[in-house]
Parts: sequence; structure tokens; C-alpha cells
Amino acid sequence: MLGPFATAFHLIVAGDPALLQIIGLSLQVTLTAVVVACLIGLPLGAGLALSRFYGRSVVVVVCNALMGLPPVVAGLVVYLMLSRSGPFGALALLFTPTAMIIAQTLLILPIVISLTRSVVEDLWAEYREQLRSLGAGRLRAVPTLLWDGRVSLLTGVLAGFGRASAEVGAVLIVGGNIAGHTRTMTTAITLETSRGNLGLAVALGIILLGLTLTLNAFAWGAGQWARARLG
Amino acid sequence: MTYVHPRPHAILPLRLERLGYAVGGKPLLVDIDLEVEAGRRCVVLGANGAGKSLLLRLCHGLLEPTSGARRWRNGDARPAAQAMVLQRPVLLRRSVAANLDYPLALRGLARAERRRTVAETLERFGLAPLADRPARLLSGGEQQRLALARAWAMRPEVLFLDEPSAALDPSATRIIEAMIEAFSMDGITIVMTTHDLGQARRLAHDVAFLHRGRLVEVGPAETFFSGPRTPEARAFLAGDLVW
Repeated sequence: MLGPFATAFHLIVAGDPALLQIIGLSLQVTLTAVVVACLIGLPLGAGLALSRFYGRSVVVVVCNALMGLPPVVAGLVVYLMLSRSGPFGALALLFTPTAMIIAQTLLILPIVISLTRSVVEDLWAEYREQLRSLGAGRLRAVPTLLWDGRVSLLTGVLAGFGRASAEVGAVLIVGGNIAGHTRTMTTAITLETSRGNLGLAVALGIILLGLTLTLNAFAWGAGQWARARLG
Repeated sequence: MTYVHPRPHAILPLRLERLGYAVGGKPLLVDIDLEVEAGRRCVVLGANGAGKSLLLRLCHGLLEPTSGARRWRNGDARPAAQAMVLQRPVLLRRSVAANLDYPLALRGLARAERRRTVAETLERFGLAPLADRPARLLSGGEQQRLALARAWAMRPEVLFLDEPSAALDPSATRIIEAMIEAFSMDGITIVMTTHDLGQARRLAHDVAFLHRGRLVEVGPAETFFSGPRTPEARAFLAGDLVW
């Protein structure tokens, strides 16, 4: 029973190149997806919070529902889009890290949009008259509200990061788990466990857990700091 | 420190003509005729729910009248040279200096001019030691001082103050009243509401008395306090106005 743990410990301490490569790719894919999802989702979520249009409730409900989008389904959708016969087949993106970034962005986006909408909507109720009095219109209010909601928004962004770094389904389908090319921590754990190569799987598991723990500690610390520092 | 007014009295007087405001058919303000004259301090008095706060928000342009008209002298629907301190002012989650800078940036002032105005405002109202403190963590009195200073920094010709010292202790109230008098000296016209009759006596040049959404008495403060013409105003001053 201790065997895999001993191997895992050895791999981590020795800085095994295959292990480092997998960790590096995982972080690169997930972080890029988080950045892209924020660039799209923060303004979109804030816009959704401040706008009133026909069918808005439907959009809100759909975004909320998509927060629970199963990763395999997201993977399948992106697969269909990118496969040879799909609409974007000519781009030849399937089984590349770019395809994985697209799939993970799709997973994170609803979380960022929904959370931003809810945070900005609450702030808007409080700030609305004041901002109008100071001379800010609806459009100009968006960056102000995003900035003043930065602490709450950070929590949501980290939740998105957590979801993307933990999922297997999407990256497995569109990435293909190709060694040295599209193999991430989660897909490697799946493969190595089924092959009985438990040492590497356990090492990656430990690192994934550590990453999640670090992130949550960071989010909690940032929240505490902000409450004390910003009020 | 000199206060240079860009366009003295370009937007005043403000005239309200048979102005009314109703929500869902329920009239909250009815047939208000009022002229806000330049250089005066007008105090709006009345019981809770009489429509004082509503009147100020209509003047400032946060709300649009449902009947009648609000006419500024220059014809603008909502001129920039006016500011308001809301009953519960919202300070942004950033430093004191950044809060002062924010409305100036909205107006598109150049960075150098903004920096100068912020420094002048901090200095003038004794906020300089607090410049880098997060605004939300200031005491109630300091927050209100910042809210008033922020309004002043916008170089208004007329400033609307909704209960500027409600919920403040006597010493903080004294500071706020001194600020309001200083604004007046700068030539800023003041329109304010208060629940504090002592404060109204200390600050008012003119009184506008609202009762159940109607303006029942308007005139010089001295006349109002020494000999109110209407039974509602007499009852209000005697402290036994029943709603």
C-alpha cells in the first residue's frame, strides 16, 4: 500500500521531467482558459446585470444552469465543432492544447458570467443613485462596479479555476491525452491508474490536491485582507 | 486656497412649476411651485414622508417629474454644475483621495487638474491625513465629511443635501454645519433637508415647508420661525404635528 506513495514522493522530490511537463501543460491550459473566460465573462456578466431586455430571465437561468454543465458534454460540443467534418474542422485544432483551452473556457464562462451578474446586480442596487448623481451613466458604471466588487469576483474566478483544473472529461475528449502534447494531470491520473502505474497517479493526485488547497487558502486570505483593508 | 467659480450663477435660479410626482397613480408630490435663488440657503422642512427627499431628488435630476416642469436658467435638462449628497452617501471601495478623484475623472478633467483639485479639497476640509485611507473604514463623521467634500470638489453652483447630519453626534454635526457655511461663503447655493429644527434655525435663509406632498409655506426663515402662517406649520414647529 505504501509503494505508490514512496514512488510518488520520489518523483516529486526528484522533479521528474515527465511529471513537470504534465503539470506545466495543465497550468498553462487552465490559466489561459481562466483569463479568456474573464475577458469575456466579466463585461458580459456586468452588462447582463445592468441591462433590461426581453428574454433576460431566460439568459440568466440558462447561464446559471450551465454552471453545472458536465465537462464531457462541453468536450463533446467542442469536439463536434473542431472535428474534420465540423464547422471549424479546417483549423485543425482537435487534439491540441488550444482545443483544450476552448473546452475549458466553455466550462468556466457560465461561472464567471453568473457570479459577475449577481455581484454587480447587488452593487448596482446600492450604487445606482450615487453614480448617477456623480455623473456616471450605465456604461461607465460597469468598470466602477467591477472594480468595487473585485473581492467577491476573485472568489468566483478561483471557483472557475478550481472547476477547470479538476475536470477530466473535456480535456480528454478534445485533447486526446497524447503524451508530451496534450496530457494533463487529470487525464494522466486516469490513464496511469488504469495501467496500474499508481506512483505517477498518486504524485499527480497529491499535487492537484495541494494546488486546490493553496488556491483556497489564497482566496480566503485575500478576502480577509480585503475586508480589513478596504471595508 | 481660492475657490474659483467657472460660471457664476449660470444655471440658477431653478424654477419648479406645478411640479408633481406620482408612483402608480399615487401622488407623492403635488403642484410644487418653488424658485431656488442663487446664493441662498434654503431648508426644506416637513414630517417624515412629507416628500422632502423626493423633492431634492427631483431637483437634482435623479427622478423626472410626472407632471409640471423643472426649469434651470440655462435650459439644460440636467446641468453639470450641481451636486447632491444623498441621505446615505455611497463611498467607493477605494481610498479617500480616489473617491474625490472619481467624479472629476467622470467629467473628463485632465490628470494634473484633478490632482490639484483633490489636493486642494483634502487640505481645505482637513482630510489630508486620511488621503490614503480606505473610505469605507472611516468613522461616520469622517465619511460624511468626505461625501460633502466630494460634492464640493465638483464645483457645483447649487448643492442639494439630504439630511446631511442625520445619525451624527453633536461634534460631527457642528463640523458638517461649518462646512455648509463655508460652501455658502464660496457662493454655492444650498438646498437641504433636515429633521433638526435647531439646525434649520442656524442655517436657513429660506424655508420651504412640505406637508403631505404639498408645499404649504415658503418664505424667509425669520418669518417662518417667528410667525408661521399655516396651522400645519404651527403644529410642526410646536412638535405636535400628527400625520
